[in-house]
Amino acid sequence: MRDRSFAPSRILIYLVVTLFAAAYLAPLVIVVLNSLRTNEEIAQSSMIGWPQHWAWGNYALAWSGFCLAETCAGIRPYMLNSALITIPATIFSTLLGAVAGYAVSLWRFRGDNWIYGIVTLGLFLPQQMRLLPWTIVLRDIGLINTLSGLVLIHTIQGLSFTVLFCRNYYVAIPQELIRAARIDGAGFFRIFWRIILPLSSPILIVTVIWQFTHIWNEFLYGVTFTTGQQQPVTAALIALSAPVADIPKHGVQSAAVIIAALPTLLIYLFGGRYFVRGLTAGAVK
Amino acid sequence: MTHAASRATGRSATSEMVRRLPEYLVIWVPLLLSAAHLISFSIWTIWISFTPSTLIPVSGWVGLRNYNAVLASRNWQIAFDNLLLFGIAFVLLSLITGLLLAILLDQRIRAENALRTIFLYPLAVSFVVTGTVWSWLLNPSIGIEKLVHDLGWTSFHFDWLVNRDMAIWTIVIAAIWQSSGFAMALFLAGLRSVDADIIRAAQIDGAGPIRTYWRVILPTLWPITITVVVVQLQFAISAFDLVRALTNGGPGIATQLPALVVYDLMFQRNQLGRGAAAAVLMLLILLAVLLPYAAWRYVRRRKAAHA
Repeated sequence: MRDRSFAPSRILIYLVVTLFAAAYLAPLVIVVLNSLRTNEEIAQSSMIGWPQHWAWGNYALAWSGFCLAETCAGIRPYMLNSALITIPATIFSTLLGAVAGYAVSLWRFRGDNWIYGIVTLGLFLPQQMRLLPWTIVLRDIGLINTLSGLVLIHTIQGLSFTVLFCRNYYVAIPQELIRAARIDGAGFFRIFWRIILPLSSPILIVTVIWQFTHIWNEFLYGVTFTTGQQQPVTAALIALSAPVADIPKHGVQSAAVIIAALPTLLIYLFGGRYFVRGLTAGAVK
Repeated sequence: MTHAASRATGRSATSEMVRRLPEYLVIWVPLLLSAAHLISFSIWTIWISFTPSTLIPVSGWVGLRNYNAVLASRNWQIAFDNLLLFGIAFVLLSLITGLLLAILLDQRIRAENALRTIFLYPLAVSFVVTGTVWSWLLNPSIGIEKLVHDLGWTSFHFDWLVNRDMAIWTIVIAAIWQSSGFAMALFLAGLRSVDADIIRAAQIDGAGPIRTYWRVILPTLWPITITVVVVQLQFAISAFDLVRALTNGGPGIATQLPALVVYDLMFQRNQLGRGAAAAVLMLLILLAVLLPYAAWRYVRRRKAAHA
């Protein structure tokens, strides 16, 4: 099994692996090619084909040209919305999660296990159980249909993950380190800033990548709590691909899909190791 | 203790509290907000499911009437049957795919990193994007069927997306494409942590590669398998975005799933009580998966502690 001698079986292995890789890559390749074909060309053949004329203009149209719900500004405003939701919510939930995870794992206080247990239940509670209450809370505090409302939701709900990630990482740090620092007179924040934070970069990268990917890709809250110009890009994509009366614009739509998927794909390409670590950490719980 | 002394300690305790206020705030406020929203939101939604609320939440008690209405509706029955089919098919097929890919990648092949990157990248893409892309590929008038027709095989049929009986399988396909890499990643980690001595012992006993896998290596993977099954089931039970983008529950209501029923009742039909009841039913389905899993993990941990 783990030797290189048996040639025919190795050829078979490479063949199967290559076929699978092709199947996994195919949708991406097809959409990238489509994003460079004209709408007419796609309409005449199918979604699967090689560009006859490289229609780079699709990207300009997708970015700032095509019309959605009576405004013709392309996907740009929705990308901006997604960024304005995702970046603050990722930063807040990661920082608060790091401090709380540090407190729960190394500082210890009365009731810490209880509150930690309840917070991590948030990993399992379906979003559908929180939809109505969030609607009412957002309306009462005046944040319905605002980007700030979604930042608030993703910060609070993200804590379940960020506290879990950070707590499980900090548990491995020896308590003696903290005790010694406390004897030297260092307080809660000083120890966090001077000792814990410098040790934290791996887990902070994992957490930031996890939070960014999840919030950027989130759809249900975006479509429930915002409308029109306030929607994140996932909700705008659905509106864009809804059947329209005039001729289909699959070339431009493909370009929009690629643009919308690009931020998380790039993060995955450059931080793949940390992305996978987050996946497994989130799974093992 | 004198008066002055007790007042002094009282004052210093207070000033200690004030001095440490920032740290209490930063620890407790986020944790309490998170815990409080989870508990109060759950209780509130459960309460609403027992009230006659329609357009707005109202108090009152209707017992199980909302639950009976949801359970008797065709929408929910189809959604539940679909969930069973989708859950089982998706979990089984993604387990098989993931395990196969993990075993293949474990053969010390070239370009392992590149291949792993390819098998995992769909996880970085949103369900909305996945659903949209697969809705194009599987659409008979512009996707794979059209391509094959254009190539000359005009009797070729692949119309699952618009076929009531087969449409749910398009969701299975897209879901496997998106998340079998997850199973692969966990299985590969499991394969890599198998004790090399056990493998060597099996080989010395004359076991061939297939026999070694079947008898020695795979049995060590079953705890990972259970974890993968539970995580994937959790996704299947709450699947929403993918279906919304791929079939939107159609054709008709052929690919309805519980999460779509909840959304429909709450925000399109203004049936808050029934929507909440459907959400609670979703939670119960989830608990039917998670509680045995939690018990299993608890027993395992106890055993490991005693060993």
